[in-house]
Amino acid sequence: MTTAALQVTDLACRRGGRRVFDGLSFSVKGGELLALTGANGSGKTTLLRALASLGRADAGTIVWQGADIAWLGHLDGLKGDLTVRENIDVAERLRGVTPDRQRIEAALASFDLAALASRPVRTLSAGQRRRTALARVAASQANAWLLDEPFNALDMASQKSLRAVLAQHLAAGGLAIAATHVSLDMPGARSLELGA
Amino acid sequence: MTAFAALFRRDLRLVLRRPGDVVVVLAFFVVATTLFPLGIGPESNLLARIAGGVLWAAALFAALLSLERLFASDYEDGALDLLLLAPGALELAVLAKCASHWIVTGLPLALLAPLLGVAFGLDGQSLAAVALTLLVGTPTLSLIGGLAAALTLGARKSGALLALLALPLCVPTVIFGTGAIEAIATGEGFGVHLAILAALALMALATLPWGIAAALRLAGE
Amino acid sequence: MATLHFLANPARFRRFSARVLPALSVVTALAVAVGLVWALAIAPPDYQQGETVRIMFIHVPAATIAMGGYVLLAVLGASLLVWRHPLAALMARATAPVGATFTAVGLITGSLWGRPMWGTWWVWDARLTSFLLLFFLFLGHIALSNAYDDSERGDKSASILAVVGAINVPIIKFSVDWWNTLHQPASIMKLGGPSIHPTLLYPLLWMMATFALLFVVLVLLRTDTEIDRRRLEAAEAAA
Repeated sequence: MTTAALQVTDLACRRGGRRVFDGLSFSVKGGELLALTGANGSGKTTLLRALASLGRADAGTIVWQGADIAWLGHLDGLKGDLTVRENIDVAERLRGVTPDRQRIEAALASFDLAALASRPVRTLSAGQRRRTALARVAASQANAWLLDEPFNALDMASQKSLRAVLAQHLAAGGLAIAATHVSLDMPGARSLELGA
Repeated sequence: MTAFAALFRRDLRLVLRRPGDVVVVLAFFVVATTLFPLGIGPESNLLARIAGGVLWAAALFAALLSLERLFASDYEDGALDLLLLAPGALELAVLAKCASHWIVTGLPLALLAPLLGVAFGLDGQSLAAVALTLLVGTPTLSLIGGLAAALTLGARKSGALLALLALPLCVPTVIFGTGAIEAIATGEGFGVHLAILAALALMALATLPWGIAAALRLAGE
Repeated sequence: MATLHFLANPARFRRFSARVLPALSVVTALAVAVGLVWALAIAPPDYQQGETVRIMFIHVPAATIAMGGYVLLAVLGASLLVWRHPLAALMARATAPVGATFTAVGLITGSLWGRPMWGTWWVWDARLTSFLLLFFLFLGHIALSNAYDDSERGDKSASILAVVGAINVPIIKFSVDWWNTLHQPASIMKLGGPSIHPTLLYPLLWMMATFALLFVVLVLLRTDTEIDRRRLEAAEAAA
């Protein structure tokens, strides 16, 4: 995996005439995890969407180098009428990548989804869906993960799985940025508090 | 191109998993059309005269009805973000979605319309005209409706708004679609009408995907 | 700082409109007064249409300016989408209801004129039908700009609609004309061109200019109000 790097300089976002944040500068490189923390409405999602180029920044620059982005929004982005495996499969194809069977099975296993893989997503619980969406990110060969509240709806066991998967991603030289309320005390993790 | 095919197939598969949604649209088409003889009376000359307009208007409403969900489901479950982030051109993804929508609504509407036309007492040539004009004209409706659907994502009262935005833009297509059937009644052919409908479809194909893609990017912001 | 940048352009507009609007309003009021007297009292009745020809002095300018209004809307939409001109969004919001009103005036006067001419309030005449569709396009634009809680989203969505709509206006016009000649040849409302007598032409041209002035004044006034509203919103959001 080629490593990605992100350099953000003097970033400002405004919504409906209101300043969400401004003058934000930071950098993240391969092997690092940046946790975006802050109160509700402090702009974590706005920043994450701007970093993914889904949202618009009003000033400043976002420079990615060698990044292939995998996205987990606060919505799971799953189609209810497709099975768990089909959802992951089609997401890879939409990224223009031929799905890697082994990676997908490994990702399903690491989130304990192997038994659910052939079930339509609409029959799953909220936590199971979140795990499916996370497995989609883990199965992708992307080197930059942008995660909006990845721990949402996860039980203790799944939170542990997520930490393990994140650690593995970082160890392989991957980069991750996560908006989260849960503290991420793991090696390579830093945090950036918004609205402070 | 593989992403285009993947999205096209995904949408078709989603429809196949819920065939009821398509059946409801077609049923609406049949019921709406049936109302006219009931409202106007069974006089066959009159029915044959208005058949073209009735079938076209009902097809337009049926198409718009189904278009409301074209991007809304992806918007609501977050899958739209994945489309926006896909490396290929968003315009192609838009085309893939509109194409799969047309396969499951425009195409069956065009095939169903001649059957209803028989009930209106249309002759063979007029039935062919109904099917052909709908075949060539419904892609335009899918694209115009697709733009309205993308513009109204997340809007209040999006269904009624979609119709308000799309209907005036659909007027030329409807005029030439129904004109073809009338032209047969006056003894002319409908080749010119088909050609103009094809031209309208090509124009829509060449311009609207950009508008739809821009509207989707806005919805993502 | 970001907010100040946003207001920079509207502020410049503010200074401009404060200087221009009062004088322009007075000129427009005078033009309306002169135009109405000239068109409704001084101009001679038409030898065919009699006194009803005076409806023309309202109908034709309103319809023409309304059409121009939609073109302006599309230009503003393009400048918002391409150059992200912050004033364009405010001006588009100001323009659409004025354009819709002018279209409505054109439609109503057309209908009033139709009564003595055709013996009915409404005829599916090519011009009236086109204007009805133009009215729907304006309505769609207004509804779309107000359909979102986030007004920026409404501005940009409506801009896309205006640009697509403007591309389609000639096609709609063409198709309606074509449809009309098929169904009822020879439109009765034949106006303009060299056949119109100077005693009618000059007041008509005057009224055209007057309506154009009125349109500009209304749009400037409403843009001013729109700037106030945005400032208020921004202040509320910041509080």
